[in-house]
Amino acid sequence: MLLTITRHPVLTRILGAAATLLGVAIFVFIMLRAIPGDQITAGLGTEAAALTPDQRAALEAYYGLDQPLLVQFFTWLGNIFTGNLGFSSRAQESVLDLTLQSLPVTLELALFSIVLALLIGIPLGMMSASKPDSPRDAVGQVVGLAGLSVPAFLLATALLAILASSFGFNPNGQAFARLFENPALNLQQMLLPAIVLGFGIAAPIMRTTRTAVLEIRSNDFIRTARAKGIPPRRLQVKHVLGNALVPIVTMTGLQFGYLLGGAVVVEQIFSLPGIGRQVLLGIQQKEYALVQSTVLVIALSFVLVNLFTDLLYRIIDPRVRAA
Amino acid sequence: MYGGTRAKRAGFAAIGLAATFALALTGCSPTSDKAAEPAAKGGGSLVVGVTSDPDTLFPWKATQFQAVNVLQNLYGTLTEFDEDLKVVPGLAESWEVSEDGLTVTLNLRKDVTFADGSTFGSEDVKSSLEKIKDPATAAVSASSLASVASVEAPDEATVVLTLTAPDAALLANLAVVNMAMLSSDDTEEALNKTPNGTGPFVLGERVASQSITLDKNDDYWGDTALLDSVEFRVIPDESSIVSAMQSGNVQMAVFDDPLVADTAKSNQLTVTETPQLSYHALQLNATKGALTDVNVRLAMQCAIDRQQVLDTAALGEGEVTGPITSPAYRSDPDARPCPERDLDKAAEYLDKAGMAGGVTVKAIVSQGEYATSTNEAQNLKAQLAEADITLEIEVLESGAYVDRWVAADFEAAIALNGGRPDPDGMYGRYFTSTGNLNKVAGYSSPELDALFAEGRQTSDPDARAEIYEKVSSELEDNAAWIWLFTSYTYTVTAANVDGFVPMVNGSLQYLRTTSLN
Repeated sequence: MLLTITRHPVLTRILGAAATLLGVAIFVFIMLRAIPGDQITAGLGTEAAALTPDQRAALEAYYGLDQPLLVQFFTWLGNIFTGNLGFSSRAQESVLDLTLQSLPVTLELALFSIVLALLIGIPLGMMSASKPDSPRDAVGQVVGLAGLSVPAFLLATALLAILASSFGFNPNGQAFARLFENPALNLQQMLLPAIVLGFGIAAPIMRTTRTAVLEIRSNDFIRTARAKGIPPRRLQVKHVLGNALVPIVTMTGLQFGYLLGGAVVVEQIFSLPGIGRQVLLGIQQKEYALVQSTVLVIALSFVLVNLFTDLLYRIIDPRVRAA
Repeated sequence: MYGGTRAKRAGFAAIGLAATFALALTGCSPTSDKAAEPAAKGGGSLVVGVTSDPDTLFPWKATQFQAVNVLQNLYGTLTEFDEDLKVVPGLAESWEVSEDGLTVTLNLRKDVTFADGSTFGSEDVKSSLEKIKDPATAAVSASSLASVASVEAPDEATVVLTLTAPDAALLANLAVVNMAMLSSDDTEEALNKTPNGTGPFVLGERVASQSITLDKNDDYWGDTALLDSVEFRVIPDESSIVSAMQSGNVQMAVFDDPLVADTAKSNQLTVTETPQLSYHALQLNATKGALTDVNVRLAMQCAIDRQQVLDTAALGEGEVTGPITSPAYRSDPDARPCPERDLDKAAEYLDKAGMAGGVTVKAIVSQGEYATSTNEAQNLKAQLAEADITLEIEVLESGAYVDRWVAADFEAAIALNGGRPDPDGMYGRYFTSTGNLNKVAGYSSPELDALFAEGRQTSDPDARAEIYEKVSSELEDNAAWIWLFTSYTYTVTAANVDGFVPMVNGSLQYLRTTSLN
């Protein structure tokens, strides 16, 4: 009885996820302490050389650096379970509050980017696949290649500089507006970063779509369907695209997961206070608890997105449901 | 393939949809910033673009440039610097130094209040100075008060400092924000959240890592600030700040990188160059390896053309310098054994050191801390190679560099160090044998100890200038380090910004006289 419960697919998934998160926690904890510098030198820079031993001891006690590593780790982990993710002395706010502000920004940006990427990537992929090695395929492939190879920082800086200097259009130069406080400005501020990210992600989605569509189209059931006289549009959408969806959803889920980690470069250039910037600032200031907790939140989101993608398979592919 | 046309149409539809979405958004007139609206003279809100927000709001521990700039406008100090870096009265209206130089009496300004409305008085000065001296506070300026034996507050408006030895640098040392006067009731915890100072501005609003807004302090003891408020808006990328200035969202920013400043030059934006007290140097650690021999150090000095380093690493944007960079005491950059590059003389020195065959020196360099570091290293390496001196460069991430620098774990270091208005404050801590940075400086001598002690005991400005000229020669003649150049900061302002005075110490204290029209 117990065995059947522990082998239940849902439970094994949850246990696997918990193990992954614990692994991430340990890894980040060790990595942070392995890189040179601590919160004292990060704050004071070379001025830290002027500290007397007494002053240094006072600062170590202040930041909790005088505790043994194991104590530091389990105190932090224990606090997590009580909902205390730590406190950022730089921001003078709890990490939980900071994350509750930055995660929605990143989530919104990720959603917009993915929608844009799907809107560009899938039609482009289907267009390419409709006639392999034709000019239209070439156009699709070139656009895809450009999306893959033009670095985000270049596209972002160029877009921003040209629009700002030539048209005076620079919503990102204004103070950041939250979605529910000033939706009009917020959407404008999300526009350019979403285009930059969406363009980059459209490329792998386009290539996945092209490959998947080509593969499905060579199947017997498509020929049968066509022979049965199914209208072309219905054939393309329901039979070809419908069956090609599994790899596309996989790729989309993967990309979405990455986006939740925060698109640091794009967030920096467009001054978006997302979760990527939160981690970056934390690393720069060596705010250990902030980085550990935020990375854990990101890892958790990634796990949840994966879980959600798996659920989607069950909906779009009856074979998975049956298995 | 009919399927293709369908897909293409769907593709166009999607692109069309995206375009409509984009147009709809751009079509919305961008909500204009309050700050961008023209304001009557005396008033309005200035937006300053900055790459990061303060890492602390506690003035005694702030060393980050951004934190210092914000806090300087919130807190008051006993003395202040004017635009020529002369010490002028601050919260202390006047002062007397006793004949023997051992007693300093400060007469405090009356009717000064803190932001919370409480009155500033001698008890606050006493408690502030005593707490700064206390190691448990870990205040970064503690060592500047080393000569202060006791602080007495005989009445509400008088403070008497008793010194262990005369200290001519003390009044200048009191002018930095790390010496801010805090209310005796305040704690670090409280001030980290709510600053409570006597400065020309008070904290308005802070959105962590996005912006910090200061409102003018109507109860300020001096002339009230002209601006209603100053917002330091965080735009992490410097070129994005330039874009925000071009679109009129930001009216002022300060850059270090000449390339970035160059992109900002336009009809609407003014770029002002200001020489800096901070200096680029090749620090030599005279306690390590071949560098213990003065002749090796001198050979390096002779093998380096400073102008070439400046030209190749920093586009020639700066000035070749000797040790002291403060305008009142500035060292003559040519007063050194090798004012010009002289490879023959370098060879002679190497010969004297018994290393005619060549010598290897290891140097650490920080990547990313400032724009020119690795270029300087490459150029120095190339120049020294021509004198048979091999500079082995170790490029470190900035955190790793700071760790090694702090531990004095290097033979040579390519460094950009901060300068101070007073030469004693600037180098006393490095080059006296008891200085708290002497380990990092790697050089001291009885001559320097004597000169710094003399400088501290001399209050006459001309006599002091002579003493620090000797200090400068002592450092150059022994090639304690190799001083290279000072660079500029670039203050970019929109056309409607008036009255701001950039300072050589990088201070933004003149935001109080700035206006928008």
